[in-house]
Amino acid sequence: MGNLLEHVGIEKERVHFSWISSAEATKFVDVVKKITEKVRALGPNKKLKKQYN
Amino acid sequence: MHTYTEKIQNLAKDVLKQGKAEMVIGFKQGTIPMAANPFVAKNENDADNLIWSSTCGLNLANYLPGIKKCEGKIGIIAKGCDSRNIVTHIVENKIDREKLYIIGLPCTGMVDKKQIALLFDDEITQFSEEGNTLIVKSETKEEKINKQEYLRSNCKTCTHRNPVIYDELVSDLVEEQIIEDQFADVKKIEAMSSEEKWDFFDKLTEDCIRCYACRNACPLCYCPTCFVDESGPQWVGKGQNTDDIKTFHYLRAYHCAGRCTDCGACEEACPMDIKVRNFTRKLNKDSLELFNWEAGLDISQRPPLDTYQPDDPDDFIM
Ligand code: SF4
Ligand code: SF4
Repeated sequence: MGNLLEHVGIEKERVHFSWISSAEATKFVDVVKKITEKVRALGPNKKLKKQYN
Repeated sequence: MHTYTEKIQNLAKDVLKQGKAEMVIGFKQGTIPMAANPFVAKNENDADNLIWSSTCGLNLANYLPGIKKCEGKIGIIAKGCDSRNIVTHIVENKIDREKLYIIGLPCTGMVDKKQIALLFDDEITQFSEEGNTLIVKSETKEEKINKQEYLRSNCKTCTHRNPVIYDELVSDLVEEQIIEDQFADVKKIEAMSSEEKWDFFDKLTEDCIRCYACRNACPLCYCPTCFVDESGPQWVGKGQNTDDIKTFHYLRAYHCAGRCTDCGACEEACPMDIKVRNFTRKLNKDSLELFNWEAGLDISQRPPLDTYQPDDPDDFIM
């Protein structure tokens, strides 16, 4: 899934996959923090954003 | 006439006469040169219309799921890639092996019709072949060209020209090609930056008119309602918005993951000459590299997307 997205030009750091159980609250927080950091570093996404005008 | 044509006609007649199958799916000559139309021969007279040539580039496995009424077996002419899509149908429980009578056809490659048409300013009026030489005529000129130079791009890198499953063969098996680098084209895209990749696929799909011929020609696309045609929910916009066009292409490709045989029918059918295999070939490369999998080689093997192995690659999971 991620590989083809990367292949068509979506930055690798923008899409993340994880496996978190409903009992793993701290893991969830950690992963979300990490992802937010990575995506923030990339700046806003301009791709696949539909323009309505 | 192609040397296979007579053999196919005789085999099909024999199959129909002896009741080995109720019908034989093959090709007949289309209304213009270089057009080969899928055709179902139901009796010996019909079988006289069957032909073979290097223009039979569509994938006949595509027509199997549509055949609803057939008491006996369905006969089908299958070149290498068609046979792999037949295997995929069997593996996906679309059809029983026992329901089929497969006439295997060792293939020497199909030609790129659009590339040949570019040699002419006017319309092509005649096409014939003698072994490796293609003789193409228009009102104003005649070209004798080497078939090897005009092969479709998927046929150039094909390593499964011989059918992988059959009940009978049209001729002796042919020698398989040895391809040094199967995925040079994919690697070229992989080496690009994200921006370059984005622009490459923008350019690739800019002429797409969303006729869905690529989807319709593909044996893998047999869902009763395709996601692009659904309206509740509407997964993807229906207009010519570039993001919608690309979304269609991404999702079409994902649905082919681990299933695509690189048969080239999608590109063959595209009226806008869009090289849609650029999407599926990345998935084919990943299937091979990550799961050592090529689609449709063996009816006893389950595809990677419906099996779990403890050692499946999982380094993408955070
Ligand atoms: S066949 Fe070509 S033009 Fe039609 S939807 Fe597919 S890529 Fe687009
Ligand atoms: S996606 Fe194209 S190359 Fe792959 S199986 Fe379908 S028609 Fe053939």
